[in-house]
Amino acid sequence: MTVQEVGQPRRRKEDARLLTGRTQWTDNLTRPGLLHVMFLRSPMAHARIASVDVSAARGLPGVVAAFSGQDFAAEQGSLPCAWPVTEDIVIPDHPPMAVDEVRYVGEAVACVVATDRYRAADALDAIEVEYEPLPAVVDMNQALAPDSPKVHEAGNKAFNVTITSGDVEAAFRDAPVVIDRTYVQQRLIPSAMEPRAVMADTDGESFTVWSSTQIPHVLRVMLAVVTGIPEHRIRVIAPDVGGGFGSKLQVTAEEVLCLLLARRLGKPVKWTESRSEGNLTVHHGRDQIQHVRLAADADGRIRGLQVDLLADMGAYLMLVTPGIPMLGAQMFNAIYKMDAYQFGCTGVFTTKMPTDAYRGAGRPEATFAIERVMDELAAELGMDPVEVRRRNWIKHEEFPYTTISGLTYDSGNYEAATEKALALFGYDKLRAEQADRRDRGDPVQLGIGVSTFTEMCGLAPSRMLGEANYGAGGWEHASVRMLPTGKVEVITGTSPHGQGHVTSWSQIVSDALGVPFDDVTVLHGDTAIAHKGMDTYGSRSLVIGGVAVVKACDKVKEKARRLAAHLMECSPDDLEFAAGAFKVRGTEQQRTIQELAYAAFTAHDLPEGVEARLDSDATFDPDNYSFPHGTHLCAAEVDTETGMVKIRSYVAVDDVGTVINPLIVEGQVQGGIAQGIAQALFEEAVYDADGNLLTTTMADYLLPSAADLPNFTLDRTQTPATSNPLGVKGVGEAGTIASTPAVVNAIVDALRPYGIHDIRMPCTPERVWRALEGVRR
Amino acid sequence: MIPAQFDYERPASLAEACQALAEDDEAKVLAGGQSLLPLLRLRLAYPSKLVDVGRLDELKGVHDRGDHVFIGAMATHDEVMRSPAVTSGCPLVAMATSHVADPAIRHRGTFGGSLAHSDPAGDLPAVVLALDGVFVARSAQGEREIPAAEFFVDYLESSLAQGEILAGVKIPKLGDGWGFHYEKFHRTAQAWAIVGVAAAVRRSNGAITEARIGLTNMGPTPLRARATEAALRGVELGDAVRQACEQAAEDTSPPSDLHAQPDYRRHLARVLTHRAVRTAAGSP
Repeated sequence: MTVQEVGQPRRRKEDARLLTGRTQWTDNLTRPGLLHVMFLRSPMAHARIASVDVSAARGLPGVVAAFSGQDFAAEQGSLPCAWPVTEDIVIPDHPPMAVDEVRYVGEAVACVVATDRYRAADALDAIEVEYEPLPAVVDMNQALAPDSPKVHEAGNKAFNVTITSGDVEAAFRDAPVVIDRTYVQQRLIPSAMEPRAVMADTDGESFTVWSSTQIPHVLRVMLAVVTGIPEHRIRVIAPDVGGGFGSKLQVTAEEVLCLLLARRLGKPVKWTESRSEGNLTVHHGRDQIQHVRLAADADGRIRGLQVDLLADMGAYLMLVTPGIPMLGAQMFNAIYKMDAYQFGCTGVFTTKMPTDAYRGAGRPEATFAIERVMDELAAELGMDPVEVRRRNWIKHEEFPYTTISGLTYDSGNYEAATEKALALFGYDKLRAEQADRRDRGDPVQLGIGVSTFTEMCGLAPSRMLGEANYGAGGWEHASVRMLPTGKVEVITGTSPHGQGHVTSWSQIVSDALGVPFDDVTVLHGDTAIAHKGMDTYGSRSLVIGGVAVVKACDKVKEKARRLAAHLMECSPDDLEFAAGAFKVRGTEQQRTIQELAYAAFTAHDLPEGVEARLDSDATFDPDNYSFPHGTHLCAAEVDTETGMVKIRSYVAVDDVGTVINPLIVEGQVQGGIAQGIAQALFEEAVYDADGNLLTTTMADYLLPSAADLPNFTLDRTQTPATSNPLGVKGVGEAGTIASTPAVVNAIVDALRPYGIHDIRMPCTPERVWRALEGVRR
Repeated sequence: MIPAQFDYERPASLAEACQALAEDDEAKVLAGGQSLLPLLRLRLAYPSKLVDVGRLDELKGVHDRGDHVFIGAMATHDEVMRSPAVTSGCPLVAMATSHVADPAIRHRGTFGGSLAHSDPAGDLPAVVLALDGVFVARSAQGEREIPAAEFFVDYLESSLAQGEILAGVKIPKLGDGWGFHYEKFHRTAQAWAIVGVAAAVRRSNGAITEARIGLTNMGPTPLRARATEAALRGVELGDAVRQACEQAAEDTSPPSDLHAQPDYRRHLARVLTHRAVRTAAGSP
């Protein structure tokens, strides 16, 4: 008898191969006669390029070619921005290789193609570039000052948006409590384990691009648009991809240039970045200044919320750069009911690496601000931070609920998740210990941080993306093919890079068609195999792509039913499908799905209108986003003598709807929490006043390892989504969105008796110590 | 890793290695590679030649030599921290070594390489300085002994001459009544110490009779907290220890970098010295 696969903690099909090194990272791939590309990058944050002389490099041994930006000026096009968030947004020209001016340190100004990477690197030293320095623009507030030097001729403001819902003025007028805070979302460097790599080849007519990308399908369209090479002559392959976190949701200069170099030279070329090159030139994340005002009644009920953001775009608008802060536009109100809400955002150009999607993309920023402010409200009123949330959140019986920002949350149960988390955490006991330490004046103080988060994910309903002026749809596609021998081949438009789609999709198909888990294979990441797809980002793959797989299975079953009815000479309505077979009700007569697959393959006896082969395609486009939620609790010990923060315990109760594979879900939550903690405590991309990135190595840009993190206590509640037939909500970003405010709230909670109400992220020991020194004086 | 071009030589003996270095001013010794390779990778160093001493038996092993432990320059951190001669003869070295980076690096990186690199942020220089270790250098001219106090000259600069190779370090065994502690303050397990304190404390009848304190990352070289050492002499455990440790940052010139400003490092030196001394004094 078959066991239900969905819900089983299946080990991942991908792992044996990945763990034994039988992987196909782009950098492992080769082609006959492969040449190697390296880029010379600007050491200046802002300068006019007076001249680039590559002639000396061209003469070096092993060097096949060397080019300046000028050499490609006529054909390299402009890197795309697919999300013009306003009508009057400024989208500057963005040449893949700078021609006249460089606007951030690391921008490519020339390239070398050589027979090996060592010779290519040596040849870079032989290129002469004459720069005429221009002033760097590093700080967003200074960038907006009238006398600021300009990053682009059109000025330093990319766009401005204000969205208002309800009577904000009335909400704040005579409000008994107004909390007014400014938070800084520091700039982060998404540090995927596999660095970026691109290989391109041509047969003289068509082109193949292999890239460590999350978005082979989007990339193919965009490469065609940018270079003018017809789309049907471009094939994009995302081989094994070792992580992305949004950083590979991009159309990069290197992808465009490798394609153009393959065309110009008629030879295969490859580029692989070094980690330091990646820190400079993989798009960065976050980087917002958030001004938040919250008005409340004396009993803690929220009246209104006003948010004003400065969002650092960096030097150019890349694929979805301006859309990132806008993904938070409807999330600052989070799970709370209120009468009025206003969201304002100004996108600012600076001479730094452009920002773009990074795990959570806009939603972690929003969640951080509101969850921090909720704690401030609780402190102001002398109320427990859980209680102040309870008084404001949407109750489970109120779903579906349309929020003040206009989203309709389909389902959720904040009470259940919170109660479970509080019990697991031992909330009351920890509060008692906290009080005791405060009384004793213990140099190590205890803080408790709460984060009752939600997010919108499953990007996205195409109709809503259209309303947001996004340049594409949010549907997803799947094909399900029964092979003649009864095995199943699934082709998905998603592009996994660590998420385990092969395993989860196999579990879904196993249940849908009644076939063994091991009989299912999943193909992806090649535009010649998966001919339709919108790829993987925004916790969308399961919620949209997984549902597309279900829909394709439904169609296969419908076709099989007609065939089975024909073969068993009954009406399709007389058949019941169970355990992989169609049975004529009330008889022993049946046909298994495998038998039907063979019958459809031979096509000897098909009913009218049924085509050979048992297979089908389906596309799914959701009606709504999905809204995972949960309650995260963090206990942090703060050493008031040194400023060191140690996370003592961490409890996360997540509600991601129906769970396909609990092992994979747990892995996503664990990794997500770690990445969110990393923002709270460790990571920051630092530019100096001249626009030099100071964190170019992992000695300066600190990523935590397992040794730096506590064990997480994880649990779940399951409130199925009503917006899709699987009831799933997505889990790729939840942990990252939830954990950052939980940690910072815990630190501030520990320090509140000292009169401290904020520590800027990352909350380094030095920052904590300086805050304490400030109040001790 | 795409370094600039260099020649590579793997001599069969220490004498040959010294010769190879003496012949070429731009040559560098390659030991475990954990400091040198990152410099090559970032093209911050352009040596003409790497002289690989990795297979020279003369540099390997840890030896108990009665009044001292001799740690061969090519002993890996992992060997050192697990060596019975070290854990019994100079436990402070074992303790500090176990805090060096991560297990992968400890299996590659070497005791001698780490010291010869003379990075004041490394954990071992302050420890060897506190223990008054003696560096044994070999060259074509023979063998030379350099007291730890004279070994560290400046940032990333030791008193080894070109053509000289560190053969090993003698760590004197301290007698009875000593306790030890290495207090490392860093933001992540793999990160360098923002400040580190190596303390060896001898107690008799409840009072401290002698203390030796080495400071990591409090100046261009590892430093001894001499003022605190002097103030601790004859002091009973308690408030007097705290007061003595208030002088731990005297005569230091800590660096300013992304992880800490000098005033914070000075503060940490005082707090951590107190913790290190207290812990060291608590052990028999």
